[in-house]
Amino acid sequence: MTASTSGVITLHVNGEPHTLTVDHRTTLLDALRERLGLTGTKKGCDQGQCGACTVLLDGRRAVACLQLAVAAEDRAITTIEGVADGGRLHPVQQAFIELDGYQCGYCTPGQICSALGVLDEHAAGWPSAVTADVRPEAGPPALTDDEIRERMSGNLCRCGAYTAIVRAVAQAAKVVSA
Amino acid sequence: MTTATTGGPATRAVGTPHVRLEGRDKVTGAARYAADHPADGLAHGWIVPSTVARGRVRSLDDASALKMPGVLAVLHHGNASRLTEDFVGTFGPDATTQVFQHDRVPYLGWPVACVVAETPEQAREAAETLAVTYATEPHDVDFRPGHPGAYTPEEMAVGPACTEKGDVEAELAASDVVVDAHYSTAEEHHSPMEPHAAMARWDDGRLEVVDSTQGAYATARDLALLFGLDPASVHLRSEHVGGGFGCKAQVRPHLILAVMATTLLGRPVRVVLTRAQMFTLIGHRSPTAQRVRLGAGADGRLRALEHTALSATSTVREFIEPSAQYGRSMYDADGHRTVHSVVRLDVPTPTYMRAPGEAPGSFALECALDELAERCGLDPIALRARNEPAVGPVSGLPFAGRRLLDCFAEGARRFGWDGRDPRPGVRRDGRWLVGTGTAAATFFTGARPSTAAVTAHADGTFTARIAAADIGTGARTALTQLAADALEVTPGRVRVLIADSDFGDAWLAGGSMGTRSWGWAITLAARELRERLALGEDIPPDGLTVRSDTEQAVNSLAAYERHAYGAQFAEVAVDPGSGEIRVRRMLGVFAAGRIVNPLTARSQLTGGMIWGLSMALHEEAVRDTATGGLVNTDLAGYHIAAHADVPAVEADWIDDPDPDDPVGIKGIGEIGGVGSAAAIVNAVWHATGVRHRDLPIRPDRVVLMPRP
Amino acid sequence: MREFRYRRAADVADALALLEAEPEARPLGGGTNLVDLMKTGIERPALLVDLRDLPLDRITPTADGGLRVGATVTNSDLAAHPQVRLHFPALAQAVLAGASGQLRNMATVGGNLLQRTRCGYFTGAAAPCNKRLPGSGCAALTGEHHNHAVLGASPHCVAVHPSDMAVALAAFDAVVTYETPGGPGELPLAEFYLPVGSTPQLETALPPGALITGVVLPPAPVAAVSRYRKVRERASYAFAIGSLAAALDVRDGIVREVRLAFGAVASRPWRARQAERALTGQHADAVAFAAAADAELAAARPLPHNGYKLPLLRDLVVGVLTELAEEAAR
Repeated sequence: MTASTSGVITLHVNGEPHTLTVDHRTTLLDALRERLGLTGTKKGCDQGQCGACTVLLDGRRAVACLQLAVAAEDRAITTIEGVADGGRLHPVQQAFIELDGYQCGYCTPGQICSALGVLDEHAAGWPSAVTADVRPEAGPPALTDDEIRERMSGNLCRCGAYTAIVRAVAQAAKVVSA
Repeated sequence: MTTATTGGPATRAVGTPHVRLEGRDKVTGAARYAADHPADGLAHGWIVPSTVARGRVRSLDDASALKMPGVLAVLHHGNASRLTEDFVGTFGPDATTQVFQHDRVPYLGWPVACVVAETPEQAREAAETLAVTYATEPHDVDFRPGHPGAYTPEEMAVGPACTEKGDVEAELAASDVVVDAHYSTAEEHHSPMEPHAAMARWDDGRLEVVDSTQGAYATARDLALLFGLDPASVHLRSEHVGGGFGCKAQVRPHLILAVMATTLLGRPVRVVLTRAQMFTLIGHRSPTAQRVRLGAGADGRLRALEHTALSATSTVREFIEPSAQYGRSMYDADGHRTVHSVVRLDVPTPTYMRAPGEAPGSFALECALDELAERCGLDPIALRARNEPAVGPVSGLPFAGRRLLDCFAEGARRFGWDGRDPRPGVRRDGRWLVGTGTAAATFFTGARPSTAAVTAHADGTFTARIAAADIGTGARTALTQLAADALEVTPGRVRVLIADSDFGDAWLAGGSMGTRSWGWAITLAARELRERLALGEDIPPDGLTVRSDTEQAVNSLAAYERHAYGAQFAEVAVDPGSGEIRVRRMLGVFAAGRIVNPLTARSQLTGGMIWGLSMALHEEAVRDTATGGLVNTDLAGYHIAAHADVPAVEADWIDDPDPDDPVGIKGIGEIGGVGSAAAIVNAVWHATGVRHRDLPIRPDRVVLMPRP
Repeated sequence: MREFRYRRAADVADALALLEAEPEARPLGGGTNLVDLMKTGIERPALLVDLRDLPLDRITPTADGGLRVGATVTNSDLAAHPQVRLHFPALAQAVLAGASGQLRNMATVGGNLLQRTRCGYFTGAAAPCNKRLPGSGCAALTGEHHNHAVLGASPHCVAVHPSDMAVALAAFDAVVTYETPGGPGELPLAEFYLPVGSTPQLETALPPGALITGVVLPPAPVAAVSRYRKVRERASYAFAIGSLAAALDVRDGIVREVRLAFGAVASRPWRARQAERALTGQHADAVAFAAAADAELAAARPLPHNGYKLPLLRDLVVGVLTELAEEAAR
């Protein structure tokens, strides 16, 4: 690693700035896990094919494994460690516990961060691949179970907790919009 | 001494839904898995897999790699420390552990080197640019029925390779109806979301290890044996494990290399498998080629049952997928034969994968029964009812309980099976053809010896220690409920510590026997502790501890056919034009012993059913015969079911306590994945009139299959 | 992954200068394909030029009623844009059918156009691949190819282009705009991707040093009644094994105008002009739709294990056009 292949950057994670020197090759995922001690974000495939490393970048869900840390400077990063409000769990987290929306728990941080993104995207009126009519005049689609399934499909769960995850996201959506 | 530990009514934690005790840790990211543990001075190992399928390592340019930035060491067969040569671990002789002990390459992906560097980025680059040359030899990875190398061994790990009674040929000849069908299943991979990871370091003469394992004690014991270490000098923990399904039950190369590297470098080393390496270094389920021959009278009563199953293994170690054992306890016939054969190929070694044998075997046999029901003009459930055996068809042993037909009755009622039009291909919903299917399920139940310790503290709380693993099963919570009931206290006063090899010998999370085996040990210790407290024994300052060992109790279980049962139902929609299949709903009703925690049990059973869905429609590792490697070693190419594939899946159970378990537990880890693929495949026939006998039912197979 | 330098370009001119100065430079958009390829060593750039600060992240109307989509517009923003959903619904659907919500939030329009094939012999390292290692051969020809090309392939490469978005762009006659140090240029999508021929490693007609600045969608009233349907081996989060972008204008039961483009059948999005010609002026019924599909697929040269794509595509054409005809009649 030479000066030209590394750099000093500041990452804004969960509202806190962190200044560190990174090898340009370092992904945001590895920077979070290996440099900042934020191991809640999981590495499932390291190639954008499982969703376990989902975080929020400027409020939108993204996979941290394909995001270079050096290119994440000046962006607001929210990880699973920053989802709860102090000691108070977010309704999505609460619903995952109550409805058993997990088993081994390894995909869970990604599922939860993804669900936060889904709720925001749906609230913004974004259609999905199962939205019957994407034209604006059709209005925003209702957040049915099928809509949740499609929108959450970027988060694989090998234990097969899908049924409970969908229930948890649906319950949290009601709480959040109430 | 506290009052609540003596007398009073028994508490009722068991059978009551309880959220996971580690739930908060899992939803906040606080739960630490093997790769999440930090260490000062941590170095990172990166495995270099072979790029040829058979041959020898001719040269390896470690000198160049060592000059690269941050590289600390390059381990390979020329410099690695020696391991126990004839290693016999928890699962028998295992030459897959002989990493860097020779220059032979038995398959594409075999580890030939491990680069250790200061950072993962440096290790990866040095590993990927490491120049390795090979003396290659011709390879054979072509699994196919009729392979000349196929042989039938005497024994498999789980029983005899063959069973036979009566005269199958004569009974077939005398049958009114005969089904003779070939079935195949694809090579499948466990693909837990957590890749295998281990961190090892020496601390004051003790090897401290964090590993993603299904059994902390067994892995520590095997590791000590492999490295010739005093077992007491190895301390291994696996507090949280991101899924196992059978692939985290053995010592794997990442762990061996972490230990080798830390021993060499004197600093902590972590080795994590890449997702691609997860397809070569940790075992998989062999593809199977199966043939089922059924002969029956016009009334559907079986006269002949023959199930033969071919699977593949490696040249390194024999492992046989025991697909044909399914019928040994399930269905009787006057002529009854089950045969396993296996062929050694230049492929990685397969291993136990969730519902080993039963998953592919139940697909073949339960689909063949559906064909038989059709030919006999019988409802599939009625056919199974007609073939309920009085005793074990092969063993002759009585059943310790068999509520299969009760599962079917309850399932049929809830699914709305009665009044089903048996004709295939007649229900249309837009571009979709719709159908329903059913299948039976069974999985053996048992327990394995385990030890536990339960301690009473002066403040009225308790601590139980057992080297159990919670790989997502909910074991931590279930064991707490079991301990609480045995102690007759509320679960809130019990702390269960698991996944630490120092807690002593215990079975691992596998064979649907984890929670039962551990629960038994905890229950024995806790009950004795409660009795001693009730007699007024004092609690010393460091607590009063009772230890248990279930070896004698478990080994003196009387011989019975001991199984869990289930009835699987599925509704599917098939677009014959595009080949797409959508499962619309699934229901499984199980008789699987006393359910300790209904909340987590439902999740586990549902998860197993989704495995059946995924096997039926998605999973297929594709091997390239030219290179000998897989062409889809990632999760974009190897498809497991995603959210959008999984409809409302319901699992429930009927009362079925095991009379020989202290609390009636059987085990639920695998049975959800038995029969579920068959139910879907049978539903696809009902929807379309087409019998698919090769899994997965890919869209191209639907499109190309001639329609009736 | 090789060590590399990283620069964030201030504007298009800066990006062009950085790219020109380093032959082994790559522009970085969302990184969802490039970073993955860098991890597997297929891409080994010496310099990444990050485009995120470039003012190319907007969707604006053109003077003639079309839309200009900037190169760094994310897939998500493209699919969510009201004008896209209103005037080009099949484009929104195609984008939404690709990848996952997370990846669409990251991936850019320019990067989507330039993404590489997911052929297992290209992404894996052990087998010959003319795209990865020119002259080494094509392992897919005699190997695993059930999701490979049936149209426009060559003995040198049978890989398919993975993009869904590009299929809809092909149907709508999109034009790719770019800048070079010597000035701007543009390429109709039909000319953007090069024929495979004997040089499968050369994928686009972009001149050396060019930077994609955006895509222009000319006004296309026919696109208002359009649809994208994708068949894949999972219900979501999987690449297509066959897809169709279709737009239909039917009046009095007669096809006035039709647009058809196939995905996952060729090295590029496949505009089905033969089918369009066959169908224009015909009665809008299943017989004509099927005949149109057959007209296009007559040129298909399937391999031993991908012939299923022909009946599949035929079924998609008939099914989707039937739906669109019904929609047009409402």
